Amino acid sequence: MKQQIEGSQAVAQAVALCRPEVMACYPISPQTHIVETLSRKVKAGEIGNCQFLNVESEFGALSVLIGASAMGARSYTATTSQGLLFMAEAVYNAAGLGLPIVMTIANRAIGAPINIWNDHSDSMAMRDAGWLQLFAEDNQEAVDLHIQAFRLAEELSCPVMVCMDGYILTHAFEEVDLPTQEQVDDFLPPFEPVQVLDPQDPVSIGAMVGPEAFTEVRYLAHHKHLQALEAIPRISQAFQDIFQRSSGGLLKQYHTDEAETLLLALGSVNGTIKDAVDDLRTEGWPVGAIQLCSYRPFPSHALRHVAHNAKRVIVIEKDLAVGNGGIVSGEVKLALQGLPTIVDTVIAGLGGRAISKAAVIDIVKAACLEGLEEPHFLDLNWEAINRELTKQAEQRRSGPTPENLLREIGLSSGKAL
Amino acid sequence: MSYQRVKFYQTGTFTVGNRLLDEGDRTVQARTDRSNSLNSGHRACQGCGEALGARYALDAVMRATQNKMVAVNATGCLEVFSSPYPESAWQIPWLHSVFGNAPAVASGVAAALRAKGKTDIRVVAQGGDGATVDIGFGCLSGMFERNDDVLYLCYDNEAYMNTGVQRSGATPARAWTNTTQAVGTEPGNPMGIGKNLPRIAMAHGIPFVATASVADLHDLETKVTKAMSIRGARYIHIHVPCPLGWKSDPAQTIKVARLAVESGLFPLFEAEGGVVSDRTPIRKQVPVEQYLALQGRFKHLFNPRDEEALAAIQAIADRNIHLYALLPTKPAMET
Amino acid sequence: MIEIRIHGRGGQGVVTAAELLAAAAFHDGKVAQAFPSFGSERTGAPVTAFCRIDTKPIRSREPVTHPNVLFIQDSTLLHQVNVFSGLSDQGIVMMNSTRKAEELGLNDWIVQHPEVEIYSFPASDLAEKHLGRSIANVGMVAGFASVTGALTKEAVQYAIQEKFPGKLGALNVQVAAEAFDYVSSHKIGV
Ligand SMILES: Cc1ncc(C[n+]2csc(CCOP(=O)(O)OP(=O)(O)O)c2C)c(N)n1
Ligand code: SF4
Ligand SMILES: [Mg+2]
Repeated sequence: MKQQIEGSQAVAQAVALCRPEVMACYPISPQTHIVETLSRKVKAGEIGNCQFLNVESEFGALSVLIGASAMGARSYTATTSQGLLFMAEAVYNAAGLGLPIVMTIANRAIGAPINIWNDHSDSMAMRDAGWLQLFAEDNQEAVDLHIQAFRLAEELSCPVMVCMDGYILTHAFEEVDLPTQEQVDDFLPPFEPVQVLDPQDPVSIGAMVGPEAFTEVRYLAHHKHLQALEAIPRISQAFQDIFQRSSGGLLKQYHTDEAETLLLALGSVNGTIKDAVDDLRTEGWPVGAIQLCSYRPFPSHALRHVAHNAKRVIVIEKDLAVGNGGIVSGEVKLALQGLPTIVDTVIAGLGGRAISKAAVIDIVKAACLEGLEEPHFLDLNWEAINRELTKQAEQRRSGPTPENLLREIGLSSGKAL
Repeated sequence: MSYQRVKFYQTGTFTVGNRLLDEGDRTVQARTDRSNSLNSGHRACQGCGEALGARYALDAVMRATQNKMVAVNATGCLEVFSSPYPESAWQIPWLHSVFGNAPAVASGVAAALRAKGKTDIRVVAQGGDGATVDIGFGCLSGMFERNDDVLYLCYDNEAYMNTGVQRSGATPARAWTNTTQAVGTEPGNPMGIGKNLPRIAMAHGIPFVATASVADLHDLETKVTKAMSIRGARYIHIHVPCPLGWKSDPAQTIKVARLAVESGLFPLFEAEGGVVSDRTPIRKQVPVEQYLALQGRFKHLFNPRDEEALAAIQAIADRNIHLYALLPTKPAMET
Repeated sequence: MIEIRIHGRGGQGVVTAAELLAAAAFHDGKVAQAFPSFGSERTGAPVTAFCRIDTKPIRSREPVTHPNVLFIQDSTLLHQVNVFSGLSDQGIVMMNSTRKAEELGLNDWIVQHPEVEIYSFPASDLAEKHLGRSIANVGMVAGFASVTGALTKEAVQYAIQEKFPGKLGALNVQVAAEAFDYVSSHKIGV
């Protein structure tokens, strides 16, 4: 049924429809509304016998789920930012053990400086942990990806992160078509674990593996992701058959045919990008867009297939590999290697800085007309940066950089909005 | 510092008239040269107990150390409302790292001071109840166990307020929070669970543990001052009502805090080397209901009345009174 | 597309106002998107929320920087935050105040923006009367519906009852009804 609903509420409803058996959550903005709603639902007895554990940290949360999943229970949590990093050891462990846990990431920047707003630094920091990572463009897709994620995770016995932009999606109140319990039950079979703690058939899970087999075990983890490249589109199609709408998949295309320049991004900024593409097309610019829905596994072949005719791919990414530049763009370059396509990196939207349609349009024009330095930082306040650099050069004890910068920016604009 | 508790019953209120005290006994806040560790202009809500408690506690530390101090802060309301650049409200060197590591960061500051031979500079770490009893608990226990020279101040508002009121290990029985909602068979936080950190701190045998409340700011200052006269790991657990999370009237913060003390739900005591060494007796025990009724987070206990829950909470208060011998007539339980 | 920006303070129901607008638009068969300006602000601090209403899907995720409608739920913000930033020259301002726009120190601004329509009315007083709480959001939404016709009265009532079930909803519907009539019957503003 279509509803005007907050993204977090919608996701909580979707998770509840998936009949989770154990949830362990630790609050952190902007994930809180999801777990508050789920805790309420469990307490009100609305999710069968589901257990909701209020734990003492994110490390505790995911560790609880490692136990629950190994015991054969469908398991779910949600976190973001500092919380994801705090659980890092368990994040790698859950994937290494091959436990099909589903976790929502309400993407948020990582401190210091502390910042609660959206970017993709958090899930990017865990990109090599072995979890599948799916990114939602809007709240409809966030809902749909959660339902697909349980099926995908359990089919492959591999944990899945569903990434949705913090605040931009979690706190947006918009139209979402929430499925019925029958539809979800039709799509999502009960969890059949490939390994389980069972006194009737005892196995040891998590034992040490030495140099003689470690590489092979790691290869098999990689192989799971290769299987996911096939499973993700198939499950997305199965989803469409039941729910009558297309969601997820490896990547999505928008006016990519005949496009000379392609914008590529993950998550909610794709909405703004599509608006920019429309405007640019009206002005006669041959532009299109690619929404990367699956970031792990990285769909190199699908991407190469879509982008091989383009002259230029502009990757707009909400993260930064400090000391190198783009994270996603590096992988795009690898996927397109050998082709003459130029790949630009645009670092944008860090710590919640809004990415406007106007800025996207400007950057496309600038790239096509003059080329971009690599990497390019969107809307960077060079004046403030240069003043801070001068100060740092002039005095040894120049003080905390963020504070200095804020003073600079306060002085240079004085705007409150 | 030894001090004598002064009683002012003549006014018919519990107001401790500062001006009736000897000059030397007046609170730090009553002095014209008060230090104001935490400046006005921070962004706490009206009636925030944590803001009040932190200012009194840190001003007392500043005074005790002649301003030679460093504060380490965990993530939480206090950190967020006091520190946004470039408008930090702190007048002292102050460091925030993350949510769960303030005790360890403070241990590091103390270690560096030892390494540099600057033992005249003292370290305070502070955090909310969540930072203290939950996510930072391991680091805190480590700091206690090594007896690092750190005073840890916990501002207990009984939930994660910074993230919008979710339960912590210090949330009291039957309180509503956003993760212990007033639904189901036992609305609110389940009965009979939770963590009593002052007693856990005592179990580490550290030199000084105390509880304090914004209901008695003079007592709070005195305990902080005493703590600063001691070296090694020290812990003060300060009860700080939060009007937003407790759904109480911002104008009633002190009253709410006072009722917590006078009902016996929040006993005020000191412990040295793991043994209770002093307590603040209650003059007249008030029923817990008076305390609970002022807070919307307990609304579901009154409409309709949940006699069983009210009796169970009363029993917690009665037990505290017995345990810490808070009423003159009742002897202390073996602690 | 109607783009609305709402200014108020933490605790004044600013986000709820945006959600009510979006819910009412949805009930009217339109497409809407509401979102807050994501702060970690405590009670009393200036906050902003946004709402877009359209007849076709809304894809943009950027904050509303060029609103055609402004809600000012707290007139003390007028001289603290640049509330008018980016407002369309033909924009509409819904102001919660017992004073006329001219009395709020806006004369110069009004002269410079002759085509902007300012509707100043005591939305929080109406709420105080019915709810005993001076919270302006419901009155503002109803007042907006009344002057623009962008939302039907029924949709506003529906959204209110959905957001506040039971007695609180009924009382808020009364607030909305009075605000609706107040704004249409008093030739306020401009
Ligand atoms: C690892 C990690 N998990 C979660 C958070 C989110 N978080 C920040 S403050 C906070 C709660 C603070 O509660 P408390 O310590 O009681 O302080 P209060 O705000 O109540 O004063 C939470 C959950 C975080 N910053 N880091
Ligand atoms: S939410 Fe509570 S603890 Fe935080 S600033 Fe407000 S009153 Fe203080
Ligand atoms: Mg707290």
